[in-house]
Amino acid sequence: MSLNDDFAPVLLTAAVALVLSIVPLPFWIAIIRPAFLVLVVVYWSSMAPHVAGVTLAFFAGLTLDVFQGSLLGQHAFALALVSYLAIRFHLQMRAKPLFEQCIYCFAALLLYELVLWSIDGWSGHGAGGAWRWVYTLPSAMIWPLIAGVLGRFHAPR
Amino acid sequence: VAGFTAAGRRTHYGRAPAAGLRFFVYAVIAILLMYLDQRRGWSQQLRYGLQGAAYPVQIVVSSPQRVWQWLRESSATRAGLKADNARLTESARNLQLAQLRLQALEAENRQLRELKSSLPPLVSHQLLAEVISVETNPLRQRLIINKGRRDGVFRNQVAVDAHGIIGQVTNVGPWSSEVILISDPEHALPVQVLRNQLRSVAEGSGRSGELVLPFLAVNSDVKAGDVLVTSGLGGVFPAGYPVARVTGVVREPEQLVAQVRAVPLAQLKDAREILLIQFNAANPAAPAAEALISSASSAPMDDTP
Repeated sequence: MSLNDDFAPVLLTAAVALVLSIVPLPFWIAIIRPAFLVLVVVYWSSMAPHVAGVTLAFFAGLTLDVFQGSLLGQHAFALALVSYLAIRFHLQMRAKPLFEQCIYCFAALLLYELVLWSIDGWSGHGAGGAWRWVYTLPSAMIWPLIAGVLGRFHAPR
Repeated sequence: VAGFTAAGRRTHYGRAPAAGLRFFVYAVIAILLMYLDQRRGWSQQLRYGLQGAAYPVQIVVSSPQRVWQWLRESSATRAGLKADNARLTESARNLQLAQLRLQALEAENRQLRELKSSLPPLVSHQLLAEVISVETNPLRQRLIINKGRRDGVFRNQVAVDAHGIIGQVTNVGPWSSEVILISDPEHALPVQVLRNQLRSVAEGSGRSGELVLPFLAVNSDVKAGDVLVTSGLGGVFPAGYPVARVTGVVREPEQLVAQVRAVPLAQLKDAREILLIQFNAANPAAPAAEALISSASSAPMDDTP
């Protein structure tokens, strides 16, 4: 399997995750919408770091910045950081059962939101209250689903 | 995109590449971008281009929502349409009557002000825009509309619907623009109570059905049912446009300010079409000139002075 063959599913899943992340939704669904793009980036960074990692994270984050109108580079920075950590700890992550992987993901999402929140604060944008943290829990909870679906896209290790 | 494959080839399958250096490089780029964007330097040009590039995707992504709305509308029954028609005829008649009275009042006002000629109209140009997508989450309350710089849209342009103020334009792309709603938590709007001209600031709450007025003293004269209109301060919105109706005032004796909540009169969440208004600078009620606005409010979208 060549690298291009490996990379196609990465691009495909990232595009689908992006669409799911920006589809307009009503308020109460929007606040619990899982961060699909972050989970997909974490998945590829930890399960196939040779194919996609920080670079994917950076450009995915930049796309989010464009669509969400946030400070250019904000999501890119946060997502690149999460991806770097996922690569750094990918061996530990892979060795864990799914449930513990969820906890890793939850920690990563909290860090991700902490970074976004800090940058919002520094750049003088509204911090948005407690609502912004709500989505981290449902996101971590659907990790097994994401891992199951994305697992079909690449050969067993 | 080429970067992925080139970098990937260096390593063996299953083993992580040296991500530290790459993360460092991207972090520096990201921080540089954020710095430039915050300063609103050339990144404005970049954003303009990106907004244009993002527009087709936004149309596609919001299409299910629009198909649903279209289906709901086209399945309206004949009885419903007839009822609508009767209601609209009635409302048109009432508006015509009100218009007659308004003309008389304007004439009277002109005499009182002893102006030789009549004032130029407040609104010099208006543009109907269709809403492409609505984003209402606790952090951001925005609309994407199908008019951009090509149609003469500019930053800080006022957006209204038939009931009141909707918001103002924040980002302009070639064919589309982003409108910040008055319910966005980053938006603040100078208002006054119609009944007694009490001035305050209405901030967005992050929920499309609610504004908050955080700066009214406990003993201030405001009560549920009061209508809030724009006060004309701040230089973006002209005076006298309806904004919201106060729904509740909570006064706790140990606190200095009252907790005042209001519901926007404009239909923010269900907006389908909005009007972008350009004001005639010669009219005294018009907001300040555009140059003044852009120099005064560089980073925040707040309309507060």
